[in-house]
Amino acid sequence: MFKFTQSNSLVSRQNQDKLLHGAIWAAAGITILFLLWVVWHILSNGLSHVSWEFITGAYTRIGEASGIWAMIVSTVYMVLLSLAFAAPIGIMTAIYLTEYAKPGSKFVQVIRFCTESLAGIPSIVYGLFGMTFFVTTLGLGFSILSGALTLAMLILPVIIRTTEEALMAVPMSYREGGYALGSSKIYTIWRLILPSALPGIVTSVILSTGRVIGESAPVFLTAGMVTQIPDSVLDSGRTLTVHLYKLTQELFTQHEWDQAYATATILIVLVLALNLATKVIATRLNKSS
Amino acid sequence: MNTATKVQSQGLQLAQKKAMDIKEIFFHGLFLCCAMVGVLSVSTIGWFVFNEGLPAFKEAGVTEFVTGKEWLPPALYGILPMIVASMISTAGAVIIGVPIAILTAVFLAEIAPKWLADLVRPAVELLAGIPSVVYGFFGLVIIVPAIETIFNIPAGNTILAGIIVLAIMILPTVITISETSIRALPSVYKEGALALGASHIYSIFKVLIPAAKSGIFTGVALGVARAIGETMAIIMVMGNAPAMPGSLLEPARTLTANIAMEMSYATGIHSSALYATGIVLLVFIVLLNGSLLYLNRKRAY
Repeated sequence: MFKFTQSNSLVSRQNQDKLLHGAIWAAAGITILFLLWVVWHILSNGLSHVSWEFITGAYTRIGEASGIWAMIVSTVYMVLLSLAFAAPIGIMTAIYLTEYAKPGSKFVQVIRFCTESLAGIPSIVYGLFGMTFFVTTLGLGFSILSGALTLAMLILPVIIRTTEEALMAVPMSYREGGYALGSSKIYTIWRLILPSALPGIVTSVILSTGRVIGESAPVFLTAGMVTQIPDSVLDSGRTLTVHLYKLTQELFTQHEWDQAYATATILIVLVLALNLATKVIATRLNKSS
Repeated sequence: MNTATKVQSQGLQLAQKKAMDIKEIFFHGLFLCCAMVGVLSVSTIGWFVFNEGLPAFKEAGVTEFVTGKEWLPPALYGILPMIVASMISTAGAVIIGVPIAILTAVFLAEIAPKWLADLVRPAVELLAGIPSVVYGFFGLVIIVPAIETIFNIPAGNTILAGIIVLAIMILPTVITISETSIRALPSVYKEGALALGASHIYSIFKVLIPAAKSGIFTGVALGVARAIGETMAIIMVMGNAPAMPGSLLEPARTLTANIAMEMSYATGIHSSALYATGIVLLVFIVLLNGSLLYLNRKRAY
């Protein structure tokens, strides 16, 4: 009797193992299937509508010749400007935290806590804040500048954290070597530590580029939706993601559908390119170390 | 060498040292100032959100604001329907997404041959980088019509559509962090389990997953944060009606959607009420981070 139950439980355990094994494969399959489905559906419907005219053309609400050049320009402005604010401040904060501050001091804890809180705030709250503070209180209006300042706050934690990791990965012996040769602290940081942390810093910048391109809610609340090519950073502009959102609000004609698919295709291609860039840098990094 | 030149050269050295010190102090100060920007940003955002939101709390009363079922600006400000919609859509996304994500993480860390894992991992990273409007668009053209057909309802813009889109969106976050925490376990855990005669699968579910619990919790919490904070994809697929949803097949509006939809034209108390909505959203995030901190601290002792 005892033997029977034992062998019985053994068999059921084997079945259980098979079942769980199957569940793991199935789950991985579902994940991959969804990814391929999203990407394939967008690309297969959108690629044929991406043309030189579509990319470089002016936007018109009616008519067949409608392009996204103004949105591309706005997106590029937004990326460059928000990085111009966030990258130097983020990198220098990381330098302060790793090279200057006493590790574990109260002050460092406060900065860490604030950076983490900043990363936890939902992006729509940034939009809410940006609209009242930059657009209204500072009087910058719906502009690329208002949007870029808002997004700069949003990507600051990404840059700080990734740069900090890159700086901490630089071996202590570099610093010791620098000081032993009589270099000053700032010279050691500038000539020895920053160059060897450069791939990590570039990665942090690429990651935040992805964030800026991908955001939409805080962008339309601060930079507006005007479809003109912005003349200056004080002009309103519509980024690619905001454009896709607006297009989906008015999907009536086939032409509008095609435009939405083509815009989504451009966004996916951009994400692919950024991913690839990070990979290339990571491989270089592994080779050099 | 006479004393005069000696003194002179000493003075020169001192002057050089002083110049260097000034440079050092300057850069130290500069870096310190930059480090303060993050602190300043958080305090400014916090101050603004609370300062702007308080008039609405005063006008409507905190309890009435949070438990009111009617949102009819500028007359009634009750956000309970939005709180319920946010909680249901997040909970639904977690129920569907988290098991798939944890099993996929196990797959990547333990089951998949190296070449396959090296193929799947970048794909998951790609999934993380896709903008939320693209997910919203996908939901709009695939999931919403599918719900219309399957359940035979006139409009597929429902909570269910939101749940499915959010479930896909939280996958990469939970997968990446769970996989990292499973991989970070010392190899003796698995070796020990296998040496005791446990099967590979048994050791995964009884030893590895429990041991990586805190890391997996962190991944899930970040996934929940992403689901609560998501705005555009939700606006595009959930119908946005600010009424109490009766079932998963009804439209609903989340806290984030409430802010994004009305902020561009709101003024006065209406605008303040949207800030108050933001405060409620922040309270959720703080509770989430607090519980995470509590769980991780408990483990550390």
